[in-house]
Amino acid sequence: MATEIEQSTKPRYSFKHLWDQVFPALISIVIAVVIGGLLLLVNGRDPLAAYASLWSGAFGSFSRFTETLVRTTPFLILAISVSVSFRCEVWNIGAEGQFMLGAILSTWVALSFASLPIYLLFPLTFIAAFIGGAFWSGIAGALKAYLNANEVITTSMLNYIAIYLTAFLVNGPMKDPQGFNFPQSSLIESTLELPHLFPGTRLNVGFLIALALVLFAIFFWRSGLGFRTEIVGASRRVAKYAGLNVPRTILFVSILTGGLAGIAGWGEIFGIQYRLIQNIATGWGNLAIVIALLGELHPVGMVVSAFLFASMVVGGDAMQRNSGVPFALVDVIQGIVILLVLSRSYFFKRSPE
Amino acid sequence: MNLGLITPVFIIGILSATIRLATPILLTALGEVFTERSGILNLGLEGIMLMGALTGFLGAYWSGGNLWLGLLFALVTGIVFGLLMGFMSITAKVNQVVAGLGITILGTGLSTLFYRLAFGLRSQPPTIKIFPDIPIPLLSKIPGLGPILFTQNIMVYASLILTPIAWIILYRTSFGLAVRAVGESPDAVDTRGISVSRIRYLAIIIGGGLAGLGGAYLSIGNLGIFWTQMTAGSGFIAIAVVVFSRWDPFRSLVGALVFGFASALQLSLQTLKAPVPSELLLMLPYVITILVLIGVSRRAEFPAAFAVPYHRGEEK
Repeated sequence: MATEIEQSTKPRYSFKHLWDQVFPALISIVIAVVIGGLLLLVNGRDPLAAYASLWSGAFGSFSRFTETLVRTTPFLILAISVSVSFRCEVWNIGAEGQFMLGAILSTWVALSFASLPIYLLFPLTFIAAFIGGAFWSGIAGALKAYLNANEVITTSMLNYIAIYLTAFLVNGPMKDPQGFNFPQSSLIESTLELPHLFPGTRLNVGFLIALALVLFAIFFWRSGLGFRTEIVGASRRVAKYAGLNVPRTILFVSILTGGLAGIAGWGEIFGIQYRLIQNIATGWGNLAIVIALLGELHPVGMVVSAFLFASMVVGGDAMQRNSGVPFALVDVIQGIVILLVLSRSYFFKRSPE
Repeated sequence: MNLGLITPVFIIGILSATIRLATPILLTALGEVFTERSGILNLGLEGIMLMGALTGFLGAYWSGGNLWLGLLFALVTGIVFGLLMGFMSITAKVNQVVAGLGITILGTGLSTLFYRLAFGLRSQPPTIKIFPDIPIPLLSKIPGLGPILFTQNIMVYASLILTPIAWIILYRTSFGLAVRAVGESPDAVDTRGISVSRIRYLAIIIGGGLAGLGGAYLSIGNLGIFWTQMTAGSGFIAIAVVVFSRWDPFRSLVGALVFGFASALQLSLQTLKAPVPSELLLMLPYVITILVLIGVSRRAEFPAAFAVPYHRGEEK
């Protein structure tokens, strides 16, 4: 019990052991990339050419680089979202569904209340996105907190439901009447679009919002609320003895997680797509988990890993187009990274602290 | 909605499809009963099923239609991935939830990558002939029951027969006793000189192998094609079925049939042109999974050592 309290009150993430944390993460990435290359080699593809094409796709020019930052934006927000739950040991894997709910609700508000003045409508869409994601995640959170329903399964099921809900909406009630029968909603008012940071690129204010959320996360974990959340994560038993309301904390982190994921959906709609379409976040929920874990659930660590995976995704798209190597290579690297990061304490035995 | 289409033949069709669609979930759930009874939560089932679906398909396709070779491929793949999960959870003792997610992400990526490397992007996906239906003599002639239960393919029969076998192994053999004991009280098992790790590895090999076969059923037992992420959550649904079953093979059969029915109903409502959009009908199995979990989770008594790695001589 004493050691449990000690563990739960010890700051789990500090810069003191920065290298200890960065080194295994770095090695994991390298090993994953090498294994991915070997997989290509045994299949008769040239891994060096594939990776070269991936690199130039992500960093080959200024505009490619801004594309990488464009992708970093939702990945980073989703990773922060995931980390809130994971630090509380709530295994919410529903980021993709919560992202879509945020996208749906904010688009709906933007289209339905288009007559409102911009200074009202714009913040309203942001709040709607938070509520959409928070509601979706809150379902799983409440079921976990009060009925002990496994959140991995409920959030995974909610992902599928959200995907079909989006499909239903863009083929039905929210379908663009002037859209030539495409499964998409109408465009939002152009006044609602997030301003671009550089002319001629898609990089927009959403990126700055993602960075602001990093600061928010840093302050959150230093606040009393964040501290209590981490105690619940470290040990439900200790938290209960300390008089914390464990179910309510689980519900709270679920709502915050979902709300943040909803904001990521908002950023994608108002910064990039300008309308609701299907499959804008396919696989991003998984990616967010990998990014969060590789970043050790630390806000700054996640900035680095989000950028890394954004470059892999943007580069991977280019690689598939230019060298014909399937994008799924990036998915494989994700899977290997997550397993290596997890088992790092087994492979990289650190000196006892 | 054309209610005139609801004939006895139509209803028999739904029930027969129920059993077909329950099969992959049943196979996977039966294996997971062993895994969870031994104290391990394998959330990698979704990824393992996908790998089984892919390797089963590749084995059958490359051998010119030898489905048995496909099944062997899927079984071996499932066991290899089970061992990987076993290594993570038993040997490296890492968090099982995240390890399982890692396996699922890896399996999703690998199955897509290998399929794309093997076939590229085609407008027409490659197909194979699936296991044919084998009408059981005499029994298949029983009105109603015959077409539902006794006109299925070999994998469906095998999974139905496997249910009582799994029950017998779990409750009537010393191995089954060891599995149950390891999940409830690993210390006690250890003191008796039985290796906790060995029992858990065996249990997860069973779980992985059956999940591989469950995935293979999708590609070579039911549809004859592979597509990326064709499991569509079946691995997670199988885990929900295991919780629903309270870790019992027969109740797993009941649970799998519930989901088979939800899927079959969804498909037939679409053919009936029900006045509900197909996208909403497609949600049905997932909604039912959540509802079932709500119903059973509060009362569920998980194995005492569930998802807890075993450290010998650990102080309490």
